[in-house]
Amino acid sequence: MTPEVRLGGQGDRSDVGRAPHEPSELELGRRAWRRKQTTRSVLVSLASTVVFATLLVLALRASPGWARVQDSFLDPATARESLPRVLDGLWLNLRVLLAASAGVLVVALVVATLRTLRGPVFFPLRALAAGYTDLFRGTPLIIVLYVIGFGVPGLQLFGRMDAAFWGTIALVLTYSAYVAEVFRAGIDAVHPSQRLAARSLGLTHGQTMRRVVLPQAVRKVTPALMNDFVAMQKDVGLISVLGAVDAVRAAQIEVAQHYDFTPYVVAGLLFVALALPVIRLTDWYAARLRAREQMGSLV
Amino acid sequence: MSGAPPVLELRDVRCAFGDHEVLRGISLSVHRHEVVALIGASGSGKSTLLRTANLLEHIGDGQVLLAGEDISDPRVDADAVRARIGTVFQAYNLFPHLSVLDNVTLAARLVHNVPRARAEARALDLLASIGLGAKAKAFPDTLSGGQQQRVAIVRAIATEPELLLLDEITSALDPELVGEVLDLVRRLKDDGATILMATHEMAFAREVADRVVFLDQGRVCETGPAREVLGTPREPRTREFLSRVLAP
Ligand SMILES: Nc1ncnc2c1ncn2[C@@H]1O[C@H](COP(=O)(O)OP(=O)(O)O)[C@@H](O)[C@H]1O
Ligand SMILES: [Mg+2]
Repeated sequence: MTPEVRLGGQGDRSDVGRAPHEPSELELGRRAWRRKQTTRSVLVSLASTVVFATLLVLALRASPGWARVQDSFLDPATARESLPRVLDGLWLNLRVLLAASAGVLVVALVVATLRTLRGPVFFPLRALAAGYTDLFRGTPLIIVLYVIGFGVPGLQLFGRMDAAFWGTIALVLTYSAYVAEVFRAGIDAVHPSQRLAARSLGLTHGQTMRRVVLPQAVRKVTPALMNDFVAMQKDVGLISVLGAVDAVRAAQIEVAQHYDFTPYVVAGLLFVALALPVIRLTDWYAARLRAREQMGSLV
Repeated sequence: MSGAPPVLELRDVRCAFGDHEVLRGISLSVHRHEVVALIGASGSGKSTLLRTANLLEHIGDGQVLLAGEDISDPRVDADAVRARIGTVFQAYNLFPHLSVLDNVTLAARLVHNVPRARAEARALDLLASIGLGAKAKAFPDTLSGGQQQRVAIVRAIATEPELLLLDEITSALDPELVGEVLDLVRRLKDDGATILMATHEMAFAREVADRVVFLDQGRVCETGPAREVLGTPREPRTREFLSRVLAP
């Protein structure tokens, strides 16, 4: 696996042309047994899923109001008709999400770095950063949205901006506070000996942070960051309270037109579909990190 | 070799990482009260071999037997097997968030269900016997390397394992701290412990080990009584290796 294996071997030369090892009967038996165990556990989980799903469906159908709920939440015709507009709205959500994520990464990294500054000179910056994270982690997102979306435009300092713009700002402010804390936890988790080693080489505090500490910190907290990203992905739907026509707002309009709640279900499923790739990616990345940092590969 | 089976026996054990075969059919055995030294160049697979013996590494082929029982069978409970084997690592691997005493008693309390009072009494006895009784409440980072490694050894023997695996336990230590750790291993041998140890300390291996196994390119190149393998090696590769490590 490691390149030094190839370079290091006076030993390897004698192996050229060596036939690959044929597994013994015993090993083949063990492999067959493991395969059987895997198949068995897959079958068991499959069976239990089917049983569980069947019970759930039966219980739902047996409930007295099932017919009415099915009609007003799961109407295929309404779903089909509302899909194009809800999809249009989701496109806005997606753009807001990407803009907000970029903003959050930058703001959070700056805030986290400010909080690590040492020395009395930097006290105001440190205090500002601490106050900011306290304030925005404590305030419900919906209130931040109202204040930013309706209050700040009232100052008339900026030109006319649309609701999606202010929604993005509100998301960045709220999520940066959380993500800054995640970054700070990552920075604290880098072993002090790394800082000592970097400073002993003559790197400045800033260089040490940028080139040695932050890269390790970011790697440590990437799964947590991806988790926050998924959380933000659905909170993007809240910009509808400012009047932006996103997927949630579009669904609301469709609901009013059809006298039927199905468009909400459509929007909900679309948000899940949007989040799924990132959720899978997070799982995969976490598994890869585990594999890389593991020596005894079995525990 | 009559009567009881060896404490540890490897039969044609193989282990590969990708297409890099690290162990290519290793057979060896360690009998009760025997100390076997594992020597070989860095990267020759000593640590990998010790990990396969402990079921910490996958086994590609072959068998590992503990007291005659095939522990490489996927049906065995690997946790129960590991609970019977004590392991000491090169880098100590003490738990930094636990005191010395808690490090030593953790497995006894959690795995072997020994009551806390009894586990701590035994741990304090052991720590006192190596002169670290006063450090019971200290945390690992406040100890010297030699002290940490001795605590790690005590942690490994606190549950009276059938077999001790030692992986280059003095390699990370300052030369003046090596002695105190080797003294402890000597005492374990005198108490009748069964030990398989990877080591670079040839003088120590010659003094303490009953047998020496020389690993080369993933195979056992030469094995025999310590005096013979280290004093009058038969294989050219063994001679070459020894002349390299013994040269000043
Ligand atoms: N988890 C792993 N993944 C890939 N290669 C490994 C792994 N562990 C060990 N190796 C390789 O196996 C070989 C033997 O390593 P090791 O058992 O640590 O040797 P030793 O302890 O004798 O120095 C080395 O070439 C090493 O690079
Ligand atoms: Mg090693």
